[in-house]
This record gives sequence, structure tokens and C-alpha cells, in this order.
Amino acid sequence: METYAFVLLAVLAIATALGMILNKNTVNSALLLVLNLVSIAGVYLLLQAQFLALIQILVYAGAIMVLFLFVIMLLNVDEEESLFDKFRIKYLVAFLLGVVIFGQILYSLGGVTDMLPEVSSEMVQIGTVEAIAEVFYTDYLFAFEMTAILLTAAVVGALLIAQYKVKDSGETE
Amino acid sequence: MLEQYMPIIVLLGVALVLAIILMSLSRIVGPFRPNKTKLNPYESGMDPVGQARDRYSIAFYLVAMEFIVFDLEVVFIYPWAVAFMQHGVGTFFAMVVFIVILFIGLIYTLKKGTLDWDMKNIKFEATKN
Amino acid sequence: MHDIIAFLPGVIIAVVGLIALLMEAYKKSADQIYGLTIAGILAALGVAIAALFGDSGTAFTGMIVYGGVASFGAVVILLGSLFSVVVSRDYLMEIDLHRGDVYSMILLSIVGMLALASANDLISFFLGLETMSICLYVIAGLIKDKKTGAEAALKYFLLGAFATGFLLYGIALIYGATGHTNLTEIAAVAEPTLMFMGGSALLLVGIFFKIGAVPFHMWTPDVYQGTPTTLTAFMATAAKSATFVAFVLIMSRMLPESDTDIWTNVIQVVAILTMVVGNLIALAQDNVKRMLAYSSIAHAGYLLVGLAAGTPEGFTGVLYYLFAYTVMNVGAFSVIAYYERNKGLDFTEIESYAGLGFKFPLMGVLLSIFLFSLVGIPPFVGFVGKYYVFAAAINAGLIPLAIIGVLASAASAYYYLRVMVYLFFKDSHKEYSLKPASLLFSSAVVLMAALTLYYGIEPVLPFSGLIELISSYYSL
Repeated sequence: METYAFVLLAVLAIATALGMILNKNTVNSALLLVLNLVSIAGVYLLLQAQFLALIQILVYAGAIMVLFLFVIMLLNVDEEESLFDKFRIKYLVAFLLGVVIFGQILYSLGGVTDMLPEVSSEMVQIGTVEAIAEVFYTDYLFAFEMTAILLTAAVVGALLIAQYKVKDSGETE
Repeated sequence: MLEQYMPIIVLLGVALVLAIILMSLSRIVGPFRPNKTKLNPYESGMDPVGQARDRYSIAFYLVAMEFIVFDLEVVFIYPWAVAFMQHGVGTFFAMVVFIVILFIGLIYTLKKGTLDWDMKNIKFEATKN
Repeated sequence: MHDIIAFLPGVIIAVVGLIALLMEAYKKSADQIYGLTIAGILAALGVAIAALFGDSGTAFTGMIVYGGVASFGAVVILLGSLFSVVVSRDYLMEIDLHRGDVYSMILLSIVGMLALASANDLISFFLGLETMSICLYVIAGLIKDKKTGAEAALKYFLLGAFATGFLLYGIALIYGATGHTNLTEIAAVAEPTLMFMGGSALLLVGIFFKIGAVPFHMWTPDVYQGTPTTLTAFMATAAKSATFVAFVLIMSRMLPESDTDIWTNVIQVVAILTMVVGNLIALAQDNVKRMLAYSSIAHAGYLLVGLAAGTPEGFTGVLYYLFAYTVMNVGAFSVIAYYERNKGLDFTEIESYAGLGFKFPLMGVLLSIFLFSLVGIPPFVGFVGKYYVFAAAINAGLIPLAIIGVLASAASAYYYLRVMVYLFFKDSHKEYSLKPASLLFSSAVVLMAALTLYYGIEPVLPFSGLIELISSYYSL
């Protein structure tokens, strides 16, 4: 059962990833990326990493993708040109680098014969939301509160950067 | 092991099947006689002028960014909501402090008028060019 | 409760920062928020100074350390922040930036620095660094109606985000290699495997970027030039001190005894590059702000000499130098801000300084004191700092490194003294009249000059001084 689910999700992930980079319409690409991220979240679930799967959907498929779509919508990227229209040396370098990284991944996966690793009971224990909650608000309390400061600073900072000077009359400059 | 996710899988399946059924039903049952007016983006509105890709007011970006920040807040609240009953008052107050800090940021945002889209009050208007 | 007291300076600053934010939201006047900011920093500074003589240990389940090095770091950071904020008022008023949210941004950034300077865990290290950096990106972009401001913010943000990527990847690799993020726990199990070394290398890249060491220094001059001058002082002293204290903590706590060599070898090379390149490019600068930016790169190089020694003596020297650097650098930037306030923001070319020394002799003399101290001439604190750092390097057997350092610092005399030549020995072509500085501003600058002088002669005074205090942290 797990194997079938994994094959399904893996094929979906690869297909959507290919679809994303080959699609000429940027918005379609972004939507395919959403599907890709969701199928990766499914793989996390198969590995019993509940929390990670949840974050994947909530943050990446949710928030980050909204930002991506936003940027696509607002930036002037209407000249979609094919990758292979103009052959440049940097494409060759990029391709070779990709081959090297692919080779590394194949090499490191070489010893693995099973499709899914055995999920030990210990791994099941640490992946759950409860297990993360247990240490999150006690052992990592300092990091937790610092995150609040960090997020607040980000909100205020973005506002400060975005604000234009307001004259006394209330008109924008 | 996967059984615990069965309801979610069923839900996803139902959503998928329902979408396919609805789309094909409307295509099969409904009449389909396109003409130029009908295919306009706004059938009875103004004709769209120019591209959608223009310079937008920075207020849009600010809203998008605040969405991300408060979405991240949800990520932190979620495991807390699952487990705070087991971990006593310390955990509870940890979350209170967290939310208060972010809430002060929100008050600042509100008072500065980021979410106030009345054009008279907008202070973030990008310069026209 | 014990945890909160251990991080009390940070808690005070965070609370004050959030209150300042609320006050700004409810349209309280900028002067009120300014007063609150100074009061908050003073309170935190008092607590931090008291903690210098208290016990030390870890808090928040090992996430941070308190007392000792962390307290000293907090004192230096808060001192730098205090002076930069005090001298900011007149200058920021001139450019319409005397606003509550600017001060609360500074305060939130100090919270990040304090967390960074007491990090005992790679997670709190990262969070502190990011909190600090995000606020600094904003501060760099405060001047919006000039291209230099936009350039500073954009360059700092993009390159900083890129460096953060390296840093995070390094932390991830170290965690992967050891299974811990806590510095002492990493030290207990770390072995020089490929993964651990790779992680360390990436971590070092991130840190080198933040302190502006040479292969990663490109952002420094543009950012320092585009930032409001008094806040440049804040950036160049408090932020740099925080990162260096964190660097000291990581080096002294995370690395297993046998492995320090690999780090110190890298640091030696970077230190040589930083000192030589920083000083050489500074020679060619005609803009005083850019000159100080390159000189701050050079000073990061001197600090790295102390770290390259990798001994307790070296760390002591680095901490002392941070104190010296903070006092004299904020002072120098303050006087530049004073001139700029009178003559407009472009008033940083060295030619325009001609004859200014006699127009308002107090400021001219004060700037000369700070510049002499930056060169490292004996009766000033800069000399004492350099002495400790280079002595540590020589005792650790790094004699070539110390020689290069001394030569580079001798070369630096040219560009510092050049400013003084323009101040006192060139005639100005235009008639300037300088506004008198406000009492608060002058007294802050005079106090900094007094500290520069006092700690310059303190080593020859009979009673035990600052350096004994710092080195006592390592004799435990």
C-alpha cells in the first residue's frame, strides 16, 4: 500500500516538476509547482513526518506560492522565450552542473535498494506534531520568542521602507 | 499506518471526482455558442485596457507580506494547540507572549493605515510614472 | 525567572522597543520615544555592567550563556548603541528621520544583537543574527529620496540574504554531522569529518560576510555611505561587535580542542587579506564616509588577527579591541554627522573639510582624537587594543601575521592624518559658519573622547583595569 502511494506521489512530483520548467506560461508553472509541493508533502507523510508535511502545505504551497503568483503578476515578464532559442555558454555550464548534481544524487542513492526506508518507531515518535510541541515551547522557548521579535521587526521594517514621507497637510509626497 | 489518513484521501478523491463531474456536465449539458462579446474577460464591463502587468501600489505588496508573517504565526500556534493541555501554564504563557509581540506589530500596522484602502488615506501610493 | 534575569538586558530592550512601537502607533511625539529609548538602553546597560561582575552560566535550557564574555559583549553593544542614539537626534531631525519607528527599529535590532552576543546554540545564533540583519537592512534604506540610500538597502539585503543562505546551510551540515545545535554538545562529539568541515566552512562564509572580511566585503562601502551617518556608526560598531562576540563564543565553545587549527588557518589568510585590502583601498578614498567604511574593514582584519591566535589571550584581545573600536568609531562618525548636518548630506568629500578645524575647534580637536586613536597612536585606546591583539598573535607564534598587521596599521596613518591635514592646514575656499552643536550632542562626544583617552592611559595606572576583568573570564 505504501509502495503504491509512494510511486503515485513520486511520479506526480516528477511530472509536475518537469511540467513546471517546460511550461511557457508562468502562471501555469506556478500552479504546477503547487501540485509538486503538495505531492512532496505526501512523501513526507509516508515518512511519518506529519509536522513537516503540514508546514510544507501551509507555508510553501500556501504563503510562498501566493507571493510567487503575486510577483509573476506584478513583474513585467511577458517575453517568455524558450530556453533553447539562444545558445549561450552559461546554459552549457548550467547543464553540466545539473548533470554533476544528478550524478551525486544517484551515487548517494546507489546503495539503497528499497523504495521506502523502514520507518522505525523512534522516527515515528519524533515526527509527530505532539513530539515537536513538547520541546518547542520548553527547550526552545528562547528561539520561539526570538522568532516573534524577528517577525515583528520584519513587519515594521517593511512598513518603514514602504512609507513615503507624509507632509503635514496629509498629502503624499 | 496509512489508515489514519484515509479520511483525507477520501476527501481529496471526492473533491477531484466532483470537479471532473461538474466541469464535464456543464460542457455536455449546457449549450456552447461562443461569440466575441461572450469571450471578453468582462462580459458586461469595460474593455480591458493595456496589460495587467503594470506598476502596482505598494499596498498590495505589504498585504502579501503580512499574509506570510501571520501565516507563519499559524505554523507556530498549530503544534501548541495540539499539546498545550499537557504542558501546563508555562507553555500557555509562552504563547501569550508570542502573540502579544506579534499583536503589537499588527496594531502598528493598523494605526499606520496599511490595511486602510480608502484612497484619501493611503500613504503608500507609489509615485506615478 | 532565572532565565529572564539571565537575559535581562535583552528583555528590557525588547519591552522598550515594543512600547516605542505602540507609542509611535498612537502618535506620541518623537522626542518622547527618543527619551524612552535612551532610558531603556541606559537601564539595560546598567544591568549588563552589574552582570559583568556576577556569575556566569547557561540559561533557557542551554540556548544562551550569560555573564562573562556575553555580558561584556552586551556592555559593548549597548555602549555603542547608546552613543549612536544620543548623537542621532539632531542629525536625524535634519533629514526628517527623527521618528519613533526608526528608534524602535534600532531597539529591535539591539535585541537581536544581544541574543547574538550570548548565543550558545546555533539556533539562537541564527535568530539573533537575522533579527539584527533585518533591522539593519531597513536602517540602511532609510534615506529614500537619494539613490545611495536605495542602493545601500538593496545591496545589503540581497547580499545579506545570500550570505544567510550559506550560513543556514552550514548550520544544517553541522547539525547533520553531529546531531546537535548546542555549541558545547557539538564540541563534545565533533570530529573533523568532511561534513563537519564543510559545515564549518559555510558557517565561516556567513560570519565573514556579516563582519565584512575581505573576500566578502563588497557591500560595506556602499552600505555605509548610503546609511544616515549616525546610524552607520551604530551599524559599524554595535552590529560588528555582536557578530564578533558570537564568533568568539563559537570558536571558544563549539570547536573541539584538537580542531581549532583548521579554523585558525583560514582566519589567518582572511585576516591578512582584510588588513591589506582594507587599508590599501582606504588610501585612495576621497569621501570621508567611504574612507571610514574601508577603515572598518581594516579594523575587522585586526580583530581577526586576535581570533586567528585562537588562544584565550587572543579572545581577550578581541573583546578589548571591540570596546576600543566602538568608542572611537562612534566618536568619529558623530563628528562627521555634525559637519554633515550643517552642510547637507553630500558634505562628506574630503576637500570640503578644508579649514573646518578652526571654525569650531572643539569638534575639530575631538575628531583628531578619534582619528589618532583609530591609527593606533600611544596615548589613546586604539593603541592599547592593537597592542593586546598583536601581542596575542605573537605569543601564539603567528609572527608574520603580526608583522603584516603592524605594517598595514602604519599605512593607515596616511588616510586618517590626511583628514586632519585638511581640517587644520588647508585654507577653505568658501566661508562657512557652523551651527553650534547641542549640549547633549557635545557632551556625548566629549564623553567618548574622554573614554578614548582614559582607557588609553589605564594600563599604566596602578589599579587593575579592564583587561584583567576580561581575561578573568577565561581563567576559570
